[in-house]
Amino acid sequence: MATRAETAVRVETIAVHRRAAGTIAVVGNPNAGKSSVFNRLTGLRQRTANYPGVTVERRVGRAVLGAASLDLIDLPGTFSLSPTSTDERIAVDVLFGRVAGTHRPDAILAVIDSTRLYQGLYLLQQLVELGRPMVVALTMTDAAQQEGLVIDFDGLREALGGVAVLPVVATTGRGFPALKDALAGLLRAAPPAPIESWPELARAAEELAVLLRAAGIEAHRVEVERMLIDAAEEPPNLDAALRAGLAAARASLFGTEPPLAVEARRRYRWVRSTIAAVESAGSGLVRRRAAVLDWVNRPWPSTFAFVLTMAVVFQAVFWWAQPFVDLINAGMSAIGSWVGVLLPPGALNSFVVDGAIAGVGSVIVFLPQILILFLFLILLEDTGYLARASFLFDRAMRTLGLSGQSVIPLLSSFACAVPSIMATRVIPNRRDRIATIISAPFMTCSARWPVYSLLISAFVPARALGFLSLQGIVLFGLYVLGIVGGVATALLLRHSALRGEKPTFILALPEFRMPNVRTVAMQLLDRVRAFLGRAGSVIFAVAVVVWALAYFPRPPEIEAARVEGRAAAAANLAGDALTARLAEIDNQASADYLAQSWLGRAGHLVAPAFAPLGWDWRVSAAVIAGFPAREVVVGVLGTIYAVGDQADDQTLGQRLQSSTWPDGRPVFTLPMVLGLLLFYAWCLQCAATLAVIRRETNSWRWPIFAWCYMTALGYGGALLIFQLGTGSL
Amino acid sequence: MRIESIDTSDTAVQRLMVLGLVEGAELTFLRGSLGGDPLEFRIHGAAISLRRAQAQRFQVTRTSAHGHAR
Repeated sequence: MATRAETAVRVETIAVHRRAAGTIAVVGNPNAGKSSVFNRLTGLRQRTANYPGVTVERRVGRAVLGAASLDLIDLPGTFSLSPTSTDERIAVDVLFGRVAGTHRPDAILAVIDSTRLYQGLYLLQQLVELGRPMVVALTMTDAAQQEGLVIDFDGLREALGGVAVLPVVATTGRGFPALKDALAGLLRAAPPAPIESWPELARAAEELAVLLRAAGIEAHRVEVERMLIDAAEEPPNLDAALRAGLAAARASLFGTEPPLAVEARRRYRWVRSTIAAVESAGSGLVRRRAAVLDWVNRPWPSTFAFVLTMAVVFQAVFWWAQPFVDLINAGMSAIGSWVGVLLPPGALNSFVVDGAIAGVGSVIVFLPQILILFLFLILLEDTGYLARASFLFDRAMRTLGLSGQSVIPLLSSFACAVPSIMATRVIPNRRDRIATIISAPFMTCSARWPVYSLLISAFVPARALGFLSLQGIVLFGLYVLGIVGGVATALLLRHSALRGEKPTFILALPEFRMPNVRTVAMQLLDRVRAFLGRAGSVIFAVAVVVWALAYFPRPPEIEAARVEGRAAAAANLAGDALTARLAEIDNQASADYLAQSWLGRAGHLVAPAFAPLGWDWRVSAAVIAGFPAREVVVGVLGTIYAVGDQADDQTLGQRLQSSTWPDGRPVFTLPMVLGLLLFYAWCLQCAATLAVIRRETNSWRWPIFAWCYMTALGYGGALLIFQLGTGSL
Repeated sequence: MRIESIDTSDTAVQRLMVLGLVEGAELTFLRGSLGGDPLEFRIHGAAISLRRAQAQRFQVTRTSAHGHAR
């Protein structure tokens, strides 16, 4: 067994270094299991980037098939070659080789859900006409079997012009050896025979393609068909004769009807006759599982289930993660004190212990919570549950002037606003889309976790109220605050700057299905990589800079005062009193250094602006440092309090608890902490979000508006809470 | 139920036709959402959701007593 695995690894390593023999596009309907098939075929040999100019994910992977290897491009899901969203447009553009930096695919791997053959065949029919070598992977054949669906694979192959049709089950890997064999020989395979479901269109397109070629425009017949169906696809600067030719062909093919409607009618006529020939429904209509799901999907049970699911998620994130958080905390402070003893005291010691370890460590600590949160969200998405939520809340979203299509982006911004703002691409209407984009950063993202978690666990008593914890309730309240902020913003925008017609809601709802372990693990790995990457780069860099600012300059007077004080104490005191006095003197020296440091001076400079919120100069400095990425604030607090403190075995929370004003009053009072939490709930401290808003709205207006608006809200909210809480108002 | 005729002027309706809601297609009504809108239909194993406003562009006839057809 071991020997076999070894040989396998060796062969793969050799093959990876070899050039790929060709590029294969992985195409399919949304939710057909495309990514699972892609992951199975490429394993970890894949990388994710964006297509140039747009934020559509471009996933490319290498499939190693015996001696040959192929590059696979995982295209965004699409129902047809007539794109209606940015995602679908990219899929079509890649297929036609119109995307810079991406090879025109040599062959096609179509991934089709066998339980939704109806919509799958529509796309397949268009793909076959591209005339490129193609293989069809039919997914969810296990589910089809359970439903009693019987599919005649040979009949299907014949109907599709002779392309190989292979059943696969991505969860178990059944069918993949055959699929890999077919892919290995695909580049040499003959292209499928044309289907001829609409000869008039094909003839008109071929004639026009000849005319276009004469005018110097190279276009495949299918591309010309797209031009006929959607006038927006016409190349610019066509001469009058060509435009007239296109218009004449359009008039004879479509009459006065919308071309897309005529095309759908024509193609589905073929789809229906094909389905009748290759699929027999069996007794699939009566399903036990379906009956249960049907009941759960009724509006009220599913609303209840949704609320319950969310409550479980939030409680679990806090409770499951705690042991791991404690473990990492203990590990970090152990490493800190170990290194602290190892290195001679001085700048290097302080840099490693207080800068690097305390700064990055205080962010790494939140990895368990972020992992669990992402795990839940990925699971909800992979099971198809998020789509259900958008169906359920379409009506509610309508009262905000949005549609159910905003639900998925808004729910996924509970993990991170950046991918969620990208996910708004599925919203066809620009006004809805921008309102959703501006609301998304209000949702409590995982980067707020470190701040919330630090402050809540340090300052909210861990009391149980029934089966809920007080800390959990405060956390839940913060989530609600975020939602309220987002909802109010959407409402406001839709009644002012973004007033407009009501959005529509069209959604192909995926079936509930068991999550695919591989897909989930892969996505989770991606997230962990991104998080650790940030901790290792941005957060580390900020921690180092903040450390330097907090450590330098080192005025000699302070050290002189310290030495003098120690000598005086040694002369006058003895025993425990001496130890206590010496510690006090050292603490005073650290505090003096910090107050004298660049950071201390800068903090004192900005502190008056935040004094009405009850923040001292340290908190103010940390908040300012956190504007590029909000989770940085925890690292900065970690560094500031480690530099200005002698005890190395304390957690950051304990250090905050003992932080005082010069007159001895605690800094972190309940009103101040609640205000600070509210500030983080509403403030937009994330350069990545601003950048993605800029890119997705294609204007500076929206990111600038979002930043000013959310910062003002956060400041105002914190001010109100602190002033109310301290009785000044 | 079966779709008999469609008012195709709405672009949202054209997108629904690309998803398979064309004349002659057999549909089953599954359920309404919270507040009775949007609606969910099953068509050849695929579930599609749309609002009443678009659903009204489709003329249908009942073909069987199955489902919760309205």
